[in-house]
Amino acid sequence: MTPTIVLPVVIGGLYAAGVYLLLDRSLTRVILGFILLGNATNLLLLSASGPAGLSPIFGYAEAEEMSDPLPQALVLTAIVITFGVTAFLLAMVHRSWRLVRQEVIEIDEEDRRVAARKGTDADDMDPDDIEPGRLAPQDRPAGKGNTLHSDVDVEEQLAHRYGEFASDDVTLPPTRRGEQ
Amino acid sequence: MIGALAPLPVLLPLLGAAAALLVGRHPRVQRAVSIAVLAGVVGVSVALLLIADAEGAAAVAVGDWPVPVAIMLVVDRLSALMLVVASTVGLGVLVFAVGQGTADGDEETPLSIFHPTFLVLMAGVSYAFLAGDLFNLYVGFEVLLTSSYVLLTLGGSAPRIRAGITYVVVSLLSSLLFLASIALIYAATGTVNLAQLAIRLPELPDGTQLMLQAMLLIAFGIKAAVFPLSAWLPDSYPTAPAPVTAVFAGLLTKVGVYAIIRTQTLLFPGGALDDVLMWAALATMLVGILGAVAQSDVRRILSFTLVSHIGYMVFGIALATTAGLAGAIFYVVHHIAIQTTLFLVAGLIERRGGTTSTARLGGLATASPVLAVLFFVPAMNLAGIPPFSGFIGKVGLLDAGIAVGGWQVYVLVGGAVVTSLLTLLAMSRVWTRAFWRPPTQAASADTAAAAARDAGPDDGAEDDPAGGEEPAEEPLPEGLAGGATSTTTARRTGRRGAWQRHVAVATAAPAGGEGQPTGGANGSRPSTRPLPAVMMAATTTMVLLTVGLTVIAGPLYGMTTRSAGDLRERTPYIEAVYGAEVGG
Repeated sequence: MTPTIVLPVVIGGLYAAGVYLLLDRSLTRVILGFILLGNATNLLLLSASGPAGLSPIFGYAEAEEMSDPLPQALVLTAIVITFGVTAFLLAMVHRSWRLVRQEVIEIDEEDRRVAARKGTDADDMDPDDIEPGRLAPQDRPAGKGNTLHSDVDVEEQLAHRYGEFASDDVTLPPTRRGEQ
Repeated sequence: MIGALAPLPVLLPLLGAAAALLVGRHPRVQRAVSIAVLAGVVGVSVALLLIADAEGAAAVAVGDWPVPVAIMLVVDRLSALMLVVASTVGLGVLVFAVGQGTADGDEETPLSIFHPTFLVLMAGVSYAFLAGDLFNLYVGFEVLLTSSYVLLTLGGSAPRIRAGITYVVVSLLSSLLFLASIALIYAATGTVNLAQLAIRLPELPDGTQLMLQAMLLIAFGIKAAVFPLSAWLPDSYPTAPAPVTAVFAGLLTKVGVYAIIRTQTLLFPGGALDDVLMWAALATMLVGILGAVAQSDVRRILSFTLVSHIGYMVFGIALATTAGLAGAIFYVVHHIAIQTTLFLVAGLIERRGGTTSTARLGGLATASPVLAVLFFVPAMNLAGIPPFSGFIGKVGLLDAGIAVGGWQVYVLVGGAVVTSLLTLLAMSRVWTRAFWRPPTQAASADTAAAAARDAGPDDGAEDDPAGGEEPAEEPLPEGLAGGATSTTTARRTGRRGAWQRHVAVATAAPAGGEGQPTGGANGSRPSTRPLPAVMMAATTTMVLLTVGLTVIAGPLYGMTTRSAGDLRERTPYIEAVYGAEVGG
């Protein structure tokens, strides 16, 4: 029953990779990052039980030789919760893709429009009335400006090209449409 | 007695949620079930509060395990008081939602999902208040958060999904932090039971204690929306349906505040991070209220005041005196009721005026005097105008602060007063714009805005690289530009469509505008829908309850002082856990 170096290294690596992915703007990577962080945390919880012992089954091992069963119970619960929430998050990202053909974290436009008001006439203006053209390109919501550069260009173009389609289409529009 | 009652606030809503799912095809039965269940929870909570106040804290070990190992439910004055307030507010919001659902034909909130999810949310809130160990606190948080994800994204329209993703990712991050700190605490002490932790944690080295405390504080700080960790809240709350925003605003952040109170007093009474909390409280108050003053949408103003007033509670906690804690607990009770009520009123304003933007609203005081009163009373209460409970809570906190003394505290007291004044400013701006000014002003501004929007069909394309070349509405000569032009125009109309959809969804009618841009824009014009009686009745009752808090402020403040005394002493909680009834 000696402590292992493998677990801390794996936990650290998972945390690093998870945080890196979580900071990305692409929601798919955010989900992957969240999964990694969740696994890292579960491993951390598991390693909190100390060095590994025999299975904590009554009659199978002596009490001193068992590994601590409580963290295992906690980890099981945590795994179930993480799993369920990940599924929900995936569904939301899918929904976001179907609605705006965009799976990056979008800009809070209301906020940008409030910020874009002139100080003098802020009281007389309704943020809703500021046309999107007045905002800097990176401040515009998805589909109305170049929110990101190169790596989401494909999504951008798709969002532009299919903007006039009702957003709830179940099937994707034909891809060769632009050539006619 | 406690053994039979304590699990009920969790069990009843969970079983009720199952029942509500089963009868999902019969909306009437479903409504009756969920209202009856929540009314039952209110009754049980009141009974628990009376018992806890008379006999002190009590604990139940669920599942027949010996005490430190078992899952503990602990009822002390603080948790019982929170239960009563939370279930009452939940019931009020549910009745409001039923009224709204009946009036709208349930377009906005798919009823078969709404009621079970709402009940699960209430179960999670109750569980978080009752949990006697850190891991079950985590489970309670997850239960309430998971159902809040569903409620926030009800209907799945684009703005709600956008706001929902921010909310979900931030909440998940805080949950993971919480779980990681549980792991570290277990590794350091070998237990997650709060009472046992209260005994074992002081034996740890100071540095370890400080790290564990900081991790828990960050995790709960995100949930409670304390300043550097609060940016997610005003972004995600305003898009949800009115009853959902109301219950979120009232309850979810306060569960975080409750967790901070519990862990600060029970686990880390040394006060190592009190200075940090103090400055966080000041920043929360000021940044939040400045945000509110800058906004022009009623719901967003309210979301920012919500963040701002969390600062008052954190201030009370940071003082770490009995008077400070008592003030903080009183303020939590007051703020749960008042913020929920104000969001419900915002829902009514949206129905009556067709929008929540203060630039477009106008003349509501003449159009609907009752609504004006319903807004005015809680708004003044929030700002802390003398007779109301907001004033009493603030005076209690300031009093506690001055009793402690020191320049830091005086700065905070000053900040609290400024925040109160700015709240009054934000509220009175809503009042003068939405209620007092003649409707003609607002209407003209509105038509001007509409005209501006209709006049410039290619406004949106102005700094598009291709946008300079054409007055696009003129028919272009055939064959001049061919395919290229058709794609640019298609792109532009698509963009305009998406924009108008967004405006429609963001301002008023979430269901109407998708697909047809013009229909959506029309949907956001001020409508004169009459206010349904049930919604009015629910809101009126909530307003009366907030006024009632003022009436019973004396006994209530006495109770919060007693519970603050318990918290500072710590022994009642620990003794209750070790002398717990087994069973239940």
